[in-house]
Amino acid sequence: MSDVYIIGAGETKFGELWERSLRELAVEAGLKAIENAGIFSRDIQVLYGSNSLAGIINGQENIGALISDFSGIAENHIPAIRVEASTASGGAAVRQAGLAIKSGEYDVVMVGGVEKMTDVYGSEIIDLTSSVLDREWEAFFGATPASLAAITARKYMADFGVDKEALAMMSVNDHLNASKNPDAQFKNRISVEQAMGATPVAEPLNLMDCSPVSDGAAAIILASEKYVKKNKIDGIRIASSADAQDYLAVHSRKSLYALDSARIAGKSALEKAHVKLDDISFAELHDSYSIYGLIELEELGFAERGHAKDLVFDDIKLGGRIPVNPSGGLKAKGNPFGATGVGQFVEAYRQLKSKCGERQVKGAKYALLHSMAGTGSMSVVHIVGGE
Amino acid sequence: MGEVSRFWRESVHRYRLMGNQCGNCKRIFFPPRDVCPICHRESIGKMKDFTLSGNGTIESFSVVHDVPPAFTRQRPYIIAIIRLDDGPSVTGQIVDSDPGEVEMGKRVTSVFRKVAQEGESGIIEYGYKFVLA
Repeated sequence: MSDVYIIGAGETKFGELWERSLRELAVEAGLKAIENAGIFSRDIQVLYGSNSLAGIINGQENIGALISDFSGIAENHIPAIRVEASTASGGAAVRQAGLAIKSGEYDVVMVGGVEKMTDVYGSEIIDLTSSVLDREWEAFFGATPASLAAITARKYMADFGVDKEALAMMSVNDHLNASKNPDAQFKNRISVEQAMGATPVAEPLNLMDCSPVSDGAAAIILASEKYVKKNKIDGIRIASSADAQDYLAVHSRKSLYALDSARIAGKSALEKAHVKLDDISFAELHDSYSIYGLIELEELGFAERGHAKDLVFDDIKLGGRIPVNPSGGLKAKGNPFGATGVGQFVEAYRQLKSKCGERQVKGAKYALLHSMAGTGSMSVVHIVGGE
Repeated sequence: MGEVSRFWRESVHRYRLMGNQCGNCKRIFFPPRDVCPICHRESIGKMKDFTLSGNGTIESFSVVHDVPPAFTRQRPYIIAIIRLDDGPSVTGQIVDSDPGEVEMGKRVTSVFRKVAQEGESGIIEYGYKFVLA
């Protein structure tokens, strides 16, 4: 089977982009990726669109056709398919695109992720994003994504004697890194005191524990080994890809803080890539809520259960033992659902090409990218880099 | 978010805490499932209705301040995951209780309540909530 290479990447700024539409964002990211890859739109053989909520936020389904049409490639008549896996749509779409290349069917594939979340008023977005939960047995009773992360956080902190300060450090790190990322939603650095003293959202979590409502798009171009060699392209290899499911609702899982999907997908991805955790130069984690960042560090193997607190004060910083979210992560780069996971690849591509300036991870060789659905119902893990 | 049939369909389960039991391994599930995730094929056709007692223990909870529109009038409210004595855990609100009294590990029992209302003229949805025992 062919290896899969990233040959180009592009993204919009993430943020509250009131003046930009769903389709404009998607097209901007796509054109940037094509330009960056040095190819022509006619070279693309299939398009995978990643999106989570356009149907209920923007009243727009049929996202594959929307993106291909307004990217100006309707007359190329290439297939354009939307992949939906809630907040893991990005990682899932990249995985499907990689498999399409490995199958031998295609040599050049585009993956474009987009989400336009600010097109609704006020608290309506809380109801709409709650559709990533079990609508009938969680959201119906008033559970929101933030409140379920909070339920997990309270239990985790009590069982392992972890202070709120450890959670705050995830967000402090995200903001510090995002201050060096021109595409990030938030450029402001925050102190531990600010992170701990913010307005409560769902106790014990506050505003600084929660990823924001974001608009944005990200796109990458993937190519087969054959294409890369023939055209002498210096691509970045996707070393492996794995995904795993779990129960949809938190109350059905084996414990309130087990993210089995992350553990299983992470282990599988490392095995497939023949890479050890020690070889990983940095990780982009799906920290939609600060508590998930800590638990993911444990499930992915960077720390024992209950001991992520030993990593978050120093080791996860740029220049630390295992830098986490050099991009700024979901908290500070932003979390436009369908674009989030694809955006992790944009960051990995730039990092592994040593093009990240102030936030560059020195000597970056392998990246671990984790994309997660909702409260953990699915995880997709990719290892990117290596020869 | 909702049409009448979507709420009507689940009303028996939500009004009476009706789950089901796998006839093969005897595990109890809530909400009810058509297939036991442990026994798979062995469970098909053997899932029997089971009404839960409604008694249980608070596994964890959150005081929710940022709430969806249908819950604006209840803000802030307590959402919890309750481990029921019969086995399964459920997500539901804890009401009629001093928030300072709510703690992990405390005993609760289910009550029948109005859960949400879809606007001024929309349907009123009922179901279970929990009170400290």
